[in-house]
Amino acid sequence: MKKHILTVILSTSLASVAHAAPTAFDFKDPKGVNAIQFSLDSMLEPIAGTAGGVAGTVTFDPAAPGATHGKIVIAAKSLVVPNATMNEHLVSPVWLDVATNPEIVFELVKLEGATTAGNVTSATATGKFTLKGVTKEIKVPVKLTYLADAFGKRINKPEVKGDLLVIRGEFTVNRGEYGIQPGKNEDKVNTEVKISLAIVGSAPKA
Amino acid sequence: MPPAKRLLLVSGLFVLAATAGYWAAKGAHTGWSQNRVPVSKTDEVTGIVFTTYADRFVPGIEVLGAGGLAATCLMVAAIFVRSKKPSSPHS
Repeated sequence: MKKHILTVILSTSLASVAHAAPTAFDFKDPKGVNAIQFSLDSMLEPIAGTAGGVAGTVTFDPAAPGATHGKIVIAAKSLVVPNATMNEHLVSPVWLDVATNPEIVFELVKLEGATTAGNVTSATATGKFTLKGVTKEIKVPVKLTYLADAFGKRINKPEVKGDLLVIRGEFTVNRGEYGIQPGKNEDKVNTEVKISLAIVGSAPKA
Repeated sequence: MPPAKRLLLVSGLFVLAATAGYWAAKGAHTGWSQNRVPVSKTDEVTGIVFTTYADRFVPGIEVLGAGGLAATCLMVAAIFVRSKKPSSPHS
């Protein structure tokens, strides 16, 4: 009897440890929803577009959100704006030069001031942001929503177990600081680029 | 009015009306032309609002401007078309 109780306690403890363990979430979304949105003011109307080529991994533990780390990578050539000519200019060597700089990267260095309410963790993410080959440290206010056991429901296969992590955030960068037409065309295209993200990572369980 | 002058004026007015009508019918978009139109959708499980693009052309104000410029050129050209002077009986 004693042995049985010990076994139950041990397996319960192991299960809780396993549940609390950090989980790696893959941000290459099977449903193709993930995208970064960007906008900047210009003479006639704001230039707004998206970048759908999101990949990367973030390791998150709901029991220790401060330990979150990872990297989000965006394929620069996936940038899209509604006007085709503007799109050509955007990816050309004059602006983003995507042939030379194929990736836009945010590498999470630390997550500070994490507070959790329900399944939502609010924090300030400090990370290294790389755009057009220039890397700078930036701080981004983020919200991380942990959706336990929601992976199967999302892919219409409830029998498949797994969790989801949604990351939302918004920040502004100065294009000139990243070598994008520094000091040029400032009267036509604003120097401040607003970037917002709402992306989901999946962690299916075998 | 000489027939050439009338033709240029009517053509100018037609180009102006056709361009404005086309621009208005395609949504009267006051920004630059769009080769694809952003459409917002929501992912039910995560609540993420994401953008997809519908492949269709929406003319912007540069199309309207080009039509207006072409119409103006035709109507200005009409000004320079002179009436044929009747031949003098003394010549």
